[in-house]
Amino acid sequence: MYKYDQYDHALVQARVQQFRDQVERRLSGELSEEEFLPLRLQNGLYLQKQAYMLRVAIPYGTLSSNQLRTLSQIANKYDKNYGHFTTRQNIQFNWIKLEEVPDILQLLANNEMHAIQTSGNCVRNITTEAFAGVASDELIDPRPLAEILRQWSTVNPEFLYLPRKFKIAISSSEYDRAAVRSHDIGLYLYRDEYEEMRLKVMVGGGLGRTPILNQLVREDLPWQHLLTYVEAVLRVYNRYGRRDNKYKARIKILVKTLGVDAFSQEVEQEWEQIRDSFAELTLAEYQRVSANFTPPAYKKLDAIDLVCGSWMARDNAFSTWVQNNTRSHKVDGYVSVILSTKPGPYVPPGDVTNKQMSAVADLAEQFGFGEIRVTHEQNLVLPDIRKSDLYTLWKILDDLNLATPNIGLLTDVIVCPGGDYCSLASTRSLPVSREIQQRFDKLDFLHELGELSLNISGCVNACGHHHIGNIGILGVDKKGEEFFQITIGGVQGKNSAIGKVIGPAFKADEVPNAIDRLLSTYLDYREQEEPFIETVHRIGLLPFKERVYKSAVKESA
Amino acid sequence: MENTIVIVDGVATATNDDPWNSVSLYNSSNLAAYEIISFVNWQEHLDSQPSQDPSKLGVSLQPDDDPAVLAPWISTLPLIVLEFPSFRDGRAYTQAALLRTRYGFKGDLRAVGDVLRDQLAAMRHCGFSSFNVRKDKSAADALKGLTGFDMIYARSVTNPEPLFRNRIL
Repeated sequence: MYKYDQYDHALVQARVQQFRDQVERRLSGELSEEEFLPLRLQNGLYLQKQAYMLRVAIPYGTLSSNQLRTLSQIANKYDKNYGHFTTRQNIQFNWIKLEEVPDILQLLANNEMHAIQTSGNCVRNITTEAFAGVASDELIDPRPLAEILRQWSTVNPEFLYLPRKFKIAISSSEYDRAAVRSHDIGLYLYRDEYEEMRLKVMVGGGLGRTPILNQLVREDLPWQHLLTYVEAVLRVYNRYGRRDNKYKARIKILVKTLGVDAFSQEVEQEWEQIRDSFAELTLAEYQRVSANFTPPAYKKLDAIDLVCGSWMARDNAFSTWVQNNTRSHKVDGYVSVILSTKPGPYVPPGDVTNKQMSAVADLAEQFGFGEIRVTHEQNLVLPDIRKSDLYTLWKILDDLNLATPNIGLLTDVIVCPGGDYCSLASTRSLPVSREIQQRFDKLDFLHELGELSLNISGCVNACGHHHIGNIGILGVDKKGEEFFQITIGGVQGKNSAIGKVIGPAFKADEVPNAIDRLLSTYLDYREQEEPFIETVHRIGLLPFKERVYKSAVKESA
Repeated sequence: MENTIVIVDGVATATNDDPWNSVSLYNSSNLAAYEIISFVNWQEHLDSQPSQDPSKLGVSLQPDDDPAVLAPWISTLPLIVLEFPSFRDGRAYTQAALLRTRYGFKGDLRAVGDVLRDQLAAMRHCGFSSFNVRKDKSAADALKGLTGFDMIYARSVTNPEPLFRNRIL
C-alpha cells in the first residue's frame, strides 16, 4: 500500500483548508455558483438532483482497511448509510450537504485520501486493474507508475483547465482488466527483450456520445520518459483540443480530426523539446515509490489446499462461488476473492452499506494483509486470501450478502446511477437493471449462459460503459419518454470492440423480453462452450436482430 | 491598468496605478510608451514604424495564437499579455509555460480577462508575473490566492525541478 509522506500529507491538508475557505465564500455569496462550479468539481463535488454528490478518489482502486473504515464512517455520518463504487474505482456519496464537505475532506485527508480531481476538466483518477500486484498473469506491477502519475497529475498547474475531462489507465498483464482501450491515454507496460520496462502509449479513446478506441501513438517508450511523454500529449491537447462544443472536446476528437499520424507527429515534436529535462524519471524515484508496493509476508503454502478441495466437493454452493468469484494468484496457496455488490434486484449495483464496508475492512485484516481493491465493474476484491480460509470467509461474506456467485455473469451489471440521482441522465437506468436482475435471477441459468457482460448507461455520457458491454443498453429520451437502445458485440480488454445497435429502441418494460430473445438466440446458435461474444462475432448481428424484432412484431400483432 | 497584482522580486502587491494601458483603437503613429497592442497590430506597427523603439510596447496574444510568433522579439519585449476569455479556458497556461521555458521570455507576463483569485497560484506556477484581476473583484482580495500553500509534485516554470528530484525525507 502506498503510504503518504510529509509532502502528500501537507498537500491534502492544505487543500482541505483551501476548499473550506472556498465553501465559506460560496455560502456567503462572495463566489457565484458559476465561479464556484469548477472549484467544487476539482474537489469531486457535483450538484445532483436532490443533493450534492461527493466522489472520493481511490487511486488505482486500492484501499487499506483503515481507509475503507473511514469511507464507512462517512457513509454513516454524512450520508444515508451507503456509498456507491464507480467504474473509475472511486466511491460516491449521494446525499451530501455542502457545509459538511470540508469536514468530510478533513476526515479523508487524515486517513490519506482526498477527492481532488475526481471530476472537472482535468486529469482524473489514474486507474489500473483490481488485481495489480497479485494477478498470476501479471507482467510488471503497474502500481508504482500509477502512483507516480497520480502525483504528477495532482494539481499540475498547466493542465487544470483542459478542454474536457482526461482519463488515464495503465495495465500490465496478459489480460487487460482496466479497459485501457477506452481511455484518453491508455498505457500498456511490459518488458522488452533486454528486460527493460517499456510502455505502449495509446491515445484518443473514450466512450460518451462518440465511442472510439484509442490508437497506438508510441511503442517501446522507456519508462523514464513516462511523465514527459504524457506531458507532451496533454500539452498538444490543451493547445489544440476544441473548446467550443463540449461533445467534441475530448482528445479522441482531436486525434480523429488530425488523424493519428499527424497527431503523433505533433506529440513527438513537443516531446523532443522536453524529453531530456528534469521531468525525466529517475531510478531512485521509481524505487522509492515501488518500496510502498513490496509484496506482503506471504506464507509458503502448497498450490493445492486439501481442506478447500474437500469443501468444494461437499458443498456445491461453495464450489460454484469459488469457481466464479475467485481469481488465481501469483503466490501458491492464495487467491483473490471478488465480492459481488450485485446480489439482486433490490440493491443498485455498486452500492455498499456502511456496515458492509466496515465488515469488509475487518475481513481484509483478519484473512488478508489489510488491503481491499475496487474493480472497474464496481465490485470489491480481497486480494490475498489463503485457500484454506476460503470456506470460512465465504460463510461470512454470504451473511454479509456479498457472496453472490455472479462475477462475470449477466447479473454482474455495470450501471450508472442514472436519472434517479444524476442531473445529466436522460433516463433512469437503475429500474432497467432491476428488471433484468429480477427476470434472470436463476443462478443455474446464469451459469448456463456463462461469461457475459451487460452494461447500462442512462444517457449518452456512457458512464455505464454500454459501448463495451457484450450487451449494452443506452437510455435515450424521446419527447419526454424513456427508450432503451440495445447494442451487442462490445468487448473490453486488449481486443476491445464497440457494440453495434441491433435496431430501434425499446420502452423500459420491453427490455427484459428483448434481452431474453437475445439470450435464447445465443443458446440456440452457440457451439459447445462458446461464450456469447464469440457467437456474436461468428454469426453476426442478423440472427439476433431477426429474433428480437420478429417476435416483437408477433407479440404486438 | 487598475486592479492589478504585480509580482516583483517574488513579492506580490495589488496596485491601481500600474503604468500599462490597453489600446482599444490602434493607430500606429500615435502610440505612447506603456501601451499594449495585439500581435496583428504589432506586426503592422513594425512595418509602418520601424524606427520606434519596441521596448516600450507590450503585445497581447489570443489563446489560439502560437507563442512562437513572438520569438524574434522575446528579449526586447517588456510585457506580454495573455488572455483568459473565461477562467475555464486553460490555453494560456501552456502559452505562458512555453514563453518562459522554450522561448526564454524574461519580461513581465500578464494575465488579463477572466482572472480570479482561485486560479492565481496555478498561473504563477506557469510563469505569469502580473494579473489584471476581473473588474468586479478586488485585486487586494485576490492577493490571498497567492499567499497559500502551493506545493506541486510536477515541475513548473517556478519549480523547474519536479519534487522527486528535491525530496528531503
